[in-house]
Amino acid sequence: MKNNSNNDRNNYICISPDRSWTDLRLDEVWRYRDLIFLFTKRYFALTYAQTILGPLWLFLKPFLTSIMFTLVFGYIAGIQTDGVPKFLFFLCGTAVWNFFSACVSDNAKTFIDNASLFGKVYFPRLTVPVSKVTAFLIRFLIQISMVLIVLLYYCVNGNVRPHFELWIVLPLLLLQLGLMGMGVGIIISSLTTKYRDLSVLVEFGIQLWMYGTPVVYPLSQLPQGWMRTAALLNPVTAPVELFRLILLGEGLFSPASYLWSLGFTVIVTVLGVVVFNHVEKTFLDTV
Amino acid sequence: MEEKYAEMQKAGLAIRIRGLKKEYRLGQIGRTTLQKEIKRWWARKRGLEDPYSKIGQPKRVIGERFMALNGIDLTIHKGEALGIIGRNGAGKSTLLKIISRITAPSEGEVEIIGRVTSMLEVGTGFHGEMTGRENVYLNGAILGMTKAEIDSKMDEIIDFSEVGEFIDTPVKRYSSGMYVKLAFSVAAHLDNEIQIMDEVLAVGDVEFQKKCLQKMRAAARVEGRTVLYVSHNMSTIRRLCDRCIVLDEGKIIYDGNVDKAISLYMGTGETLCREICFTDKNRPYGRYSQKFLIERLMLVEADMPRYAENEKAFFDIDCKALQDMRNVCLRMEFWYQDGTKIGSMLSNSVDTIREGSCRFRLEIDLAGFMAGKYSADIVAYTVGLNGMQELLDGVYPGIIFEVENTPEADRYVEWNHQYWGHIRLRDMRLTLK
Repeated sequence: MKNNSNNDRNNYICISPDRSWTDLRLDEVWRYRDLIFLFTKRYFALTYAQTILGPLWLFLKPFLTSIMFTLVFGYIAGIQTDGVPKFLFFLCGTAVWNFFSACVSDNAKTFIDNASLFGKVYFPRLTVPVSKVTAFLIRFLIQISMVLIVLLYYCVNGNVRPHFELWIVLPLLLLQLGLMGMGVGIIISSLTTKYRDLSVLVEFGIQLWMYGTPVVYPLSQLPQGWMRTAALLNPVTAPVELFRLILLGEGLFSPASYLWSLGFTVIVTVLGVVVFNHVEKTFLDTV
Repeated sequence: MEEKYAEMQKAGLAIRIRGLKKEYRLGQIGRTTLQKEIKRWWARKRGLEDPYSKIGQPKRVIGERFMALNGIDLTIHKGEALGIIGRNGAGKSTLLKIISRITAPSEGEVEIIGRVTSMLEVGTGFHGEMTGRENVYLNGAILGMTKAEIDSKMDEIIDFSEVGEFIDTPVKRYSSGMYVKLAFSVAAHLDNEIQIMDEVLAVGDVEFQKKCLQKMRAAARVEGRTVLYVSHNMSTIRRLCDRCIVLDEGKIIYDGNVDKAISLYMGTGETLCREICFTDKNRPYGRYSQKFLIERLMLVEADMPRYAENEKAFFDIDCKALQDMRNVCLRMEFWYQDGTKIGSMLSNSVDTIREGSCRFRLEIDLAGFMAGKYSADIVAYTVGLNGMQELLDGVYPGIIFEVENTPEADRYVEWNHQYWGHIRLRDMRLTLK
């Protein structure tokens, strides 16, 4: 049994109702990093438990979606994709969007889904959203390998010219999208503890949000004017376009829009963590 | 902060609670409109009364608010094993939830030195699809262990749980006994300085329970951990704890000696009386039905409920039937003063009872009750058509009485409640052959 006083000092806490809003206890989240890892592992273990195809679903879902998008948006609606092969364009877009939307919609359910767990034992609640983002990041990396194979095929044929020199930026972009998604998700989740209407809205809202983001069309296809401005104000637009620009070599980069997106990410992440921590203290009394 | 810590360290305290209060809002929370909330906030800002609070209600309920804890002051030393007892709704669980940081207090503060393990329910986070081993890792991490710590204890945990080779099988294939044994083993092997337990010992078979109790006792007595234990089982409280508090209506009404606390909680600490009127305070589980109420109990031919061994006791019980009833029976469930339930008596059924007040005469034979204080809960029920009992009313406790020692020619040794039990069964016959 560790009994040195230094250890005791670290384990001293004072619980009182007026804990400050800025007391986020992020060091505690770090102390529980093993738990984050185990939660992440559990996500994969449970999602594909008792399925025949198992992890193959990871590839099948974006693959089939992209084929459908290629048919509907690419050929029937006739959307131009800046010279990038249509299938590749949609495959890349859906992978990125699915990563972001999963971060939002899954984290939006944090409190409701975990009410019974949170009601029985204390651990830093932030480990749950963080592990979700980690899991989706890994899922995305697995899926992107499929994009890379298709990309390789087209590269050899000379249809696309990616900006290989900028690929180093891609992880940062993903991190930004993940944080933004988590921030939005946990803000919604904090509000749903009191106002349940929001949970109904989330699925629906995310669908609408996708059509407001250049996922099934490139930004360049939007006419100059209010539509283009509106799309640029959407904080997800810039990272998605930039991602495609770097990976596939085509896309519009607007510095102002990207800066706004970056600012939005910072605000929403900080606000999310603060609100989440505040709600976490007493949400059990209201759920 | 720094001084407070030094102060606690100097006094050797593990937990210090001062002026702790917790309020809950009553009614449907989701329905509070935004407008109401803004008004409430505005009133608070100006230091006014809550515009939505009502006056003239019992102390513990203020408007839409309910004081689950109403001013708790408590200090617990390092290495102490503290029992917490109280009726349902007295605030025990709320107190544990605040100490284990599951919910925040409304007023006051709790200071803690040391890591806290809360076992409010074992097996938290267990998932059927995962194997026993995977669940041990996850559950351990939820309870605050690192992976390395779990690794070092894995063999010990598996060994203690008696799960053996099934450790790599998904837990959904476990029997419920195996499941709780494994879950308990994880919690029991934590190194944390403070352990909070809420009736977790009610798991597994008798042998396993014994093992758990030993483990817990070792945690408190040998390893010097601080243990907080809530239970309705008085005999485990007695065996595990060296100090006990009694909670009632959100306050500590007794703090100190375990036996005294238990007798206070059992009601056997109260003075004996010859007449008891029952109110809803005697019905901690609420009224079972709207048909029948037990209202009053009076002693017959006695000033005090004090009897000799093997005597017969007579009571008059006033009841109120709110409708015509058939086949009403009474049951008395007896407790010894240390909180062990010792048995029950059933009555014959009374065929017809007309609506209105009625009085029963109850005769009980105390043969076998050895000297000591007892309490009895009285439950009224009818037997329904399907042969199931339908509870009508119950008072807890209905009567507290004392049995006095009567010297007998054929028994020279005093009855030993602790080892022999509380009832003397019918005597055996011994003859020389």
